[in-house]
Amino acid sequence: MSELEAFRAEIRSWIEANCPEEMRKPVQDEGDICWGGRNFVFKNEGQKAWMEVCAAKGYTVPDWPVAYGGAGMSPAEAKVWREELARAGARPPLSSFGIWMLGPALLKFGTEEQKVLYLNQIARGEIRWCQGYSEPGSGSDLVSLQTFGEDKGDHWVVNGQKIWTSYADKADWIFCLVRTDKTNVYQGISFLLFDMTTPGVTTKPIKLISGASPFCETFFDNVVVPKHQIVGQLNRGWDVAKYLLGHEREMISGAGGGEQTSTIGKVLTRNGLDDPMLRAELAQFDIDALAFAACGEKFLDEIKVGRAHPAKPNMMKYAGTELNKRRHELLMAAGGSTALEWESEETRGGAPARSWLRTKANSIEGGTSEVMLNVVAKRILELPGA
Amino acid sequence: MPLYHTEDQAMLAESVTGFMADEGGIKKQLRHWRDTNCKDGFGHGLWKQFAEMGLTGMLAAEADGGLAMGHVEAGIVLAEIGRNLTPSPFLTTSVMGVTALKDASDELRGRWLPGIIAGETVLAMAIDEGAKHKPEKIACRAERAGNGFRLTGAKDFVIHGTSADAIIVAARTSGSDSDADGVTLFAVPKDAAGIGHNAVRLVDSSIASHVRFDGVELDGSAVIGEVDGGRAVLNKVLSAGRIGAAAEQTGVGAGAFAMTTGYLKTRKQFGKLIGEFQALQHRAAHLYSELEIAEAVVIKAQQLLDGGSERAELMVSVAKAKAARACNLAVREGVQMHGGVGMTDEYDIGLYMKRERALTEFMGDANYHAERVAQLSGY
Repeated sequence: MSELEAFRAEIRSWIEANCPEEMRKPVQDEGDICWGGRNFVFKNEGQKAWMEVCAAKGYTVPDWPVAYGGAGMSPAEAKVWREELARAGARPPLSSFGIWMLGPALLKFGTEEQKVLYLNQIARGEIRWCQGYSEPGSGSDLVSLQTFGEDKGDHWVVNGQKIWTSYADKADWIFCLVRTDKTNVYQGISFLLFDMTTPGVTTKPIKLISGASPFCETFFDNVVVPKHQIVGQLNRGWDVAKYLLGHEREMISGAGGGEQTSTIGKVLTRNGLDDPMLRAELAQFDIDALAFAACGEKFLDEIKVGRAHPAKPNMMKYAGTELNKRRHELLMAAGGSTALEWESEETRGGAPARSWLRTKANSIEGGTSEVMLNVVAKRILELPGA
Repeated sequence: MPLYHTEDQAMLAESVTGFMADEGGIKKQLRHWRDTNCKDGFGHGLWKQFAEMGLTGMLAAEADGGLAMGHVEAGIVLAEIGRNLTPSPFLTTSVMGVTALKDASDELRGRWLPGIIAGETVLAMAIDEGAKHKPEKIACRAERAGNGFRLTGAKDFVIHGTSADAIIVAARTSGSDSDADGVTLFAVPKDAAGIGHNAVRLVDSSIASHVRFDGVELDGSAVIGEVDGGRAVLNKVLSAGRIGAAAEQTGVGAGAFAMTTGYLKTRKQFGKLIGEFQALQHRAAHLYSELEIAEAVVIKAQQLLDGGSERAELMVSVAKAKAARACNLAVREGVQMHGGVGMTDEYDIGLYMKRERALTEFMGDANYHAERVAQLSGY
């Protein structure tokens, strides 16, 4: 048996021995996701136990170094971990913006103190992070952001407003883009970390077309941020932001095997439909979904060995989100009038319709499809003047 | 297994890329044979060079003098064939033919493999009956006669049919036309009495034959695999042909795309390079995305096929369908973005469009494979 196969056997029996029964059912909705954090309410004992037993082994962030709360797995081992989780039908023990976004940025740009402190908190699910990027006047044109941090010697005083801050009302800390030099557009932004309970921080959930409020407006009124809470250099926060956006786009794309990559054709037989036109559309979709899954797998394999084009996450984000929107259009069509029900028990409170509406944000959040195509045209295809 | 080429595969790709660009280029091969109205549609000299490169026997077992490589390696060659629109009997002979012969007797392998490996022998596949690929139904019949069989029926879209030294024929030896069982594969030598050809030049300048078998007498040694049990061999041949055609299509798509983005960077209108227009940039970026996805699923399916995975059959159909759609988009956008010159014979972009059309039809188009995906997925 090769070393990797021995490792696989070990992981397989560990999951078998440690993953609680209730964590082996597919995630049905938002409430099934374990986000962690100071105020997180676990859905059941199994969710808490699964997060804690994984955190103790470093399995919540398997490829981070052991010193920062990970398990120090190699890329190949981390792939085995993901494959074995999927094989067992086990849910990820912990999901968070800390894992997907801030963590990778800290690993690259953080000081040793920052890594030890923040990464361990993330790995153990102790601190839930949110991302302060977009502003009312700075969406696709993010770099025009106006939230300002005034230099007061050993701290900044931050004033301004963020918008579309995911789960700001539930987060413990924020990683935030703040203008620290008004004279330089790109090199006048700093990447700051601060506690959401700091005086002057307020959040206001925004009700969306799905009826849910995952996004907030976030207001900063004379918020004091100590100088050591900066990541990377003063005024070079855009470099950190861009790096992190790559990870965010990768996450939204579903390249790691999210919902986007699974097939849906069986809904036809499940719903007892005899509809050849829909069947054909479903088959075309499944082809695209399975092909995209392969592309996601290839992309992750290439990232691990530094072979992926640095702008590739933009392509993956574009393709993955457009696919996911199509998936939910088809699921609505397959559901017919039942899928229109907004509050019924049969639809678990209108889950199909709400999910369908939620996916419309996929190609807007984290950079619109149009911005993704601009980036691909410019950085990968090197088309002129793009 | 990671979804990129190993070091050995990358080395193979490097040498094949150079070889195909130098020797298999459009002017030297495709246009040359087309414009001289060659009856084969490809050059035997180049086929010899394939042999010298070690490509002709890459899938054959080492004991048979081959290299025992897999579909990932064959796909590397086919992608370069696609990129250069190189006419050659590689897919029908070295990929599909050799796959069929793997299940053949020592006698049959000894008869055909040495010539294939030496670049002297060409094989053709006689599978389709009618204008659309539908191998579930086989009406061409081989009846028992003495110690052998008598073959009667017609086959269509037999690529290289008139150039081939032998035609591998899927025929019915028992049961009715749509039965899964009762199919047998035969290696029919070109000089067997009773074979009639109606050779036609196709839109991509390849030569296909409508073949008639009029009581062709075959002895038992022409049978590949088991009598009545040929469906299993045929399925392997089909998978090899489908993933091979898909790999070639990714090369066709990549070649057309490179030509098109090159044009966007040089053609000026309204005082600007046309590649500056966002309307074209977004379409080009979308096309890039589709081609990347197609390339990924093709290598995934190749690996599964080489590894004997039970998912291989499904993923081969996914790959064939996806490669067809992506490549089709590449050639349509290619001609459109080239504008008027894209319609001229002088520019190569139209040649890519023609080849794409033929490859799509070969071994099942995107709709055929979508139907298969639905069936294999249980809906």
